[in-house]
Amino acid sequence: MAGPTVSEPVIRLSDLTRVYQMGDTEVRALDGVSLDVSPGEFLAVMGPSGSGKSTFMNIVGCLDRPTSGTYVLEGMDVSTLDRNERAGIRNDKIGFVFQSFNLLARTSALENVELPLLYSRKHSLSDAEQLVKARGCLARVGLAERWDHTPAQLSGGQQQRVAVARALVNDPSIMLADEPTGNLDSKTSDEIMGIFQSLNEEGKTVVLITHEHDIAEYARRVVAFRDGRIVSDELMKNRRAAKGAK
Amino acid sequence: MTKTTSILKVAFRAMGRNKMRSLLTALGIIIGVACVVATIGIGEGARVQAESQLQSLGTNFLMIFPGTTTSSGARSGWGSNSKLSEQDVDAIRQEVSSVSYVSASIRSVAQVVYGNQNWSTSIQGGEVDWPAIRSWNVAEGQFFTDADNRAAAKVCVLGRTVATTLFGDEDPIGKMIRIKNIPFRVVGVLEAKGGSMMGQDQDDTVIAPYQTVRKKIMGTTSVGMIMTAVSSPEQVTQAQEEISALLRQRHKLNKAAGQEDDFMIRSQTEMLQQAEQQARTMAVLLWSIAGVSLLVGGIGIMNIMLVSVTERTREIGVRMAIGAKGADIRAQFLVEAVVLAVAGGILGIGLGVGIQQAVGKFAGWPVLVSTSSVSLAFLFSALIGVTFGFYPALKASQLDPIEALRYE
Repeated sequence: MAGPTVSEPVIRLSDLTRVYQMGDTEVRALDGVSLDVSPGEFLAVMGPSGSGKSTFMNIVGCLDRPTSGTYVLEGMDVSTLDRNERAGIRNDKIGFVFQSFNLLARTSALENVELPLLYSRKHSLSDAEQLVKARGCLARVGLAERWDHTPAQLSGGQQQRVAVARALVNDPSIMLADEPTGNLDSKTSDEIMGIFQSLNEEGKTVVLITHEHDIAEYARRVVAFRDGRIVSDELMKNRRAAKGAK
Repeated sequence: MTKTTSILKVAFRAMGRNKMRSLLTALGIIIGVACVVATIGIGEGARVQAESQLQSLGTNFLMIFPGTTTSSGARSGWGSNSKLSEQDVDAIRQEVSSVSYVSASIRSVAQVVYGNQNWSTSIQGGEVDWPAIRSWNVAEGQFFTDADNRAAAKVCVLGRTVATTLFGDEDPIGKMIRIKNIPFRVVGVLEAKGGSMMGQDQDDTVIAPYQTVRKKIMGTTSVGMIMTAVSSPEQVTQAQEEISALLRQRHKLNKAAGQEDDFMIRSQTEMLQQAEQQARTMAVLLWSIAGVSLLVGGIGIMNIMLVSVTERTREIGVRMAIGAKGADIRAQFLVEAVVLAVAGGILGIGLGVGIQQAVGKFAGWPVLVSTSSVSLAFLFSALIGVTFGFYPALKASQLDPIEALRYE
């Protein structure tokens, strides 16, 4: 079950459960999940809808808290933090990429990328430093020239690149991508997955939530969920390499 | 981009996105603030003018009016039955040493005719001390004399408005005019004095000897009122007491029998206080109107901010996901409400000053843009933004990021 390296895991989940109260019935969205993710891994989380993978993502992304069990992120137990503390962790350690891009409308690509820096308490960068950093992240996803475009002026693939740049800007411990190619055609999907692969090769830990097999094939390791439990956890054989990957 | 500039930028962008809606939302505040600024400015201007006019009359000015009389328990109205006599006037002149000028005064309204021009104006009867008491001098010709008064001579002095109306460019001195069909010779024209605190044109008047007006025009025996000027402002109270004592004695009013004064002595200070009291009452009224309007405006802002929070649920979710804390979201929406309210406030101040100037120009009133009312209006609108923006902002900050991200 261990990842490819022997260092301290970035994510360590121990016997995690999440129970929702739906009227009189209890729904166990996560039912005793234990998982270690090592630095530099590229993990795909798969499963049909209702399998618990969204709940898994919400907890790993510190948007939600487990009902029981512990979640240790980079050596810190984050399972009992309150709202504001979790907001700080999200800003500092997690880079979200969503299916529907979720960029702020009528806001330039650059400003969208700068947004996490605004809420950051980790390092107080000067305006100029923030700008350099944001531009660097945009360049990293190949959109340096389009920094002043608003989402409406960008294609879906370009919007998702901006979202990836935004996720990168605070140097997160993990990139958490929730169906990042769900709204994209296959060619653009390949480009986006290529960006994730090259980021991973540079050492970023990537957790990808998807229900598509061919998207999961870009990852190194695949964990499958069913009914709130992990039913399989294996390394990807015949890993797919994105055509555009650098 | 610092957090503050970013928050402001987003606030302005949110406002710009729905210009019409923002304007309509701010309208309540605009009207409220315009109301505050305009009315307070006009009121303030009127108050300052009233004060300066009363001040220009001199602080040592005393007026004695005939008081109310009580007969069999029924009090008749003010001045209904004047108990002031010419002997009272002479007595004050001779016995009250602190008084330097005294003039009996009487007033009527009559038609004044010169050639084919005619004009209805106020006819005042006064004595020779009149110009000294009113500190109102003759600009052309001269004032009538004591001999004219004693002889009830048919001479008169015109106020500037009457002179211009009847004579135009012609020189009125020495001309004959007819007042109530009685011919009067014009001996002088007074200096222009301008409008009074009640907005009347003080120059729209004719002054004639007291005796002439009393006998020839009004045909009465009683004195309308007595005007006096005290030697120095310090002696006003003393003069008031002396006059009161003298008149009570002359009118045989018994203190032991509880008989009230049948006259009223008004000093400049009292009239000033009265004017101020009126201004205060007016101000309270205006503030309450403005308050209601600002309250309604505030509710409008709260309403639109709630709509905005719902519309932007997803944006709130995104901001939370990338690390915005509750306080950050709260600040964002609070600032937006304040920006909206303050923008409304600024427009309102502009509108208010505009109305004020227009009213001032149209009605010929002096207006005063007071910095205190402007800054107060500004502060008020900001306060409304905070008060009514707080609940929507709180609501936004308490959204669950997972739900908010899923919101369509």
